Amino acid sequence: MAMGKSKGLLIDVTRCIGCRSCAVACAEANHLPQEEASELSATHYTVVKSLNNDQLFVRRMCMHCNKPTCVSACLVGAFTKTDEGPVLYDESKCIGCRYCMQACPFEVPRYEWGSLTPRIQKCRMCYERVVRGEQTACAAACPTGANLFGDRESLIEEGQKRIRENPGQYINDIYGLTEAGGTSVMYLSNVPFEALGLPINLPKEPIPDLSWRVLSQIPKYTVAASVLLFGIRWITARRDDVAKFEAAERRKNEELKQAAYAERQRR
Amino acid sequence: MKDLFAKKITFWKLVAGVLILGGIVSAVERYSLGLGATTHLADTFPWGIWIGIDILVGVGLAAGGFTIAGTVYILNLERFRPILRPTILTAFLGYVLVICGLMADLGRPWAIWHAMVMWNPHSVMFEVAWCVMLYTTVLALEFSPAVFERFKLERAKNVVKTITIPLVILGVVLSTLHQSSLGSLFLIIPSRMHPLWYSNVLPFLFIISCVAAGLAMTIFESFLSARAFGRAVELPLLSDLARVIVVVLALFFTVRIQDLINRDALKYVFEGSYQSNLFLLEIVMGVVAPFCLLLFRRVRTSKTGLFYSSVLVLAGFVAHRVNTAITSMEHWPSRVYIPSWQEIGITLGLAATGFVAFSFMARYFNVFGEGAHGNVEGSSPKITLRAVASK
Repeated sequence: MAMGKSKGLLIDVTRCIGCRSCAVACAEANHLPQEEASELSATHYTVVKSLNNDQLFVRRMCMHCNKPTCVSACLVGAFTKTDEGPVLYDESKCIGCRYCMQACPFEVPRYEWGSLTPRIQKCRMCYERVVRGEQTACAAACPTGANLFGDRESLIEEGQKRIRENPGQYINDIYGLTEAGGTSVMYLSNVPFEALGLPINLPKEPIPDLSWRVLSQIPKYTVAASVLLFGIRWITARRDDVAKFEAAERRKNEELKQAAYAERQRR
Repeated sequence: MKDLFAKKITFWKLVAGVLILGGIVSAVERYSLGLGATTHLADTFPWGIWIGIDILVGVGLAAGGFTIAGTVYILNLERFRPILRPTILTAFLGYVLVICGLMADLGRPWAIWHAMVMWNPHSVMFEVAWCVMLYTTVLALEFSPAVFERFKLERAKNVVKTITIPLVILGVVLSTLHQSSLGSLFLIIPSRMHPLWYSNVLPFLFIISCVAAGLAMTIFESFLSARAFGRAVELPLLSDLARVIVVVLALFFTVRIQDLINRDALKYVFEGSYQSNLFLLEIVMGVVAPFCLLLFRRVRTSKTGLFYSSVLVLAGFVAHRVNTAITSMEHWPSRVYIPSWQEIGITLGLAATGFVAFSFMARYFNVFGEGAHGNVEGSSPKITLRAVASK
């Protein structure tokens, strides 16, 4: 029910002019150092990448998946997918195993490698602003409408409208509609998504399902295996008992026979 | 001859001392300077050899614990009892070292207790954490009779004895879950791993390979103990284990290759890349070679043959784990991982600590005495042990 209200971002790379207003606004909103970078890091929640000799720009950030792999991967539940859309990280729970970094299909979570109390860092989709009903800092700063903030449902409609109304200008697909089960951050593009550096070999199903298929079998397996092992133990122990009993019987018979023989001899 | 033996011990003691010292220095650096300064881990490569070797290999090598315990108590094959206690001890120390390795790798190790109270049953890591906690406890209890014997705590020993069967069964169930879950850890990373290693049968591959590795480790440990403590090797028992290894290796090979065929990944095997070469090394050196060797009765019943075949199995096992955790995620040249000296230092230091701790515990507790008939070549282990110790 909350999914209807779930917010997201539609990034239209055909409208991006590479001005980096979004990155500047992001750093300001999150109190991060103002410095240009080409890759995400613990101090860069978003970056604007330049492709084809500044002919094309693509912005990267956390995709805020509908069924996030990080949420399912974290053993202490430090990640949550909020009803509003943003995926949040709680450093007070984190033990620093970095399984989220390993698990994220978009390689988004970044680590404070230099710190003795390291935390995961990533885009929070300006959660506090979104809850207040405002749009994200990056969307508010974008001068060209390349970053569109809104309900995920209406963003999908808008994306489809742009594709329909501008034939030939877009490739006929919205990235994030189904990738890894769907994401809150989506892309419109005029070049194949692969050329933007977005992973295209992702399953269409939510990735957490891949491990849940195995994990959900554990209770059944535990019961079945325990019963089986107790059964085997019972059989092997019983076989031992029977063997011992039979040996004793044989000994007794032998003794009886010998006694009878001795008796006969005496007579 | 005796002098030679004494010198050898000293040499290995020296090696162990140097490695442990290196481990301590590395650990001090890691905790005072942080992960970034002391490891070659990065945002693009968050897991290195502390996960790939210390944890994945460490846990696998401890698999002898549940297989031999299951053999003795569930299958009721009492003749394997002489190798039970040393194997349980190996497994217990293995798990303790895994936890030590984890403490180095975790970014916030002081928060490790969170795993006990903050639950996320959807996480494979959650299953791994709980299995490590519970199975380490089970192993401690399984070894506890030796400790109670030492301190003449008859009543405590009897208490453990009455719960032995449920304990062993719990141990087998936890181990199978746990060994496979280490493979399941990677199920969630389909897009980033090389197709030669990513597979939805990873949990099965991990459990099959750990049985072979656990048994090979039991053989390996038996030979080292025999040498260190001047004992006889339980050759007939170990030959039987080698026969099981042959079957397990064949099963592993079949599942592995069939899986590659099913996923249409066989084409990567001979592509000549970095990954394909390491795959071939893993499968030829670690599976095909020991399988072929151990097929021969002459190899299985010879000390040299058994020892080197089990070393091959262990090497192949290490290769499979390291390839899964590290090689499969590398991309030349954009994403390469070479461990730092501190990472190697801690890994080697922990391994050396394992050997030293085993030898200490074996001297202090009655590890080899249980089931005197295991002493094939005559001399009583206790006397020999004392003789070695008094030197």
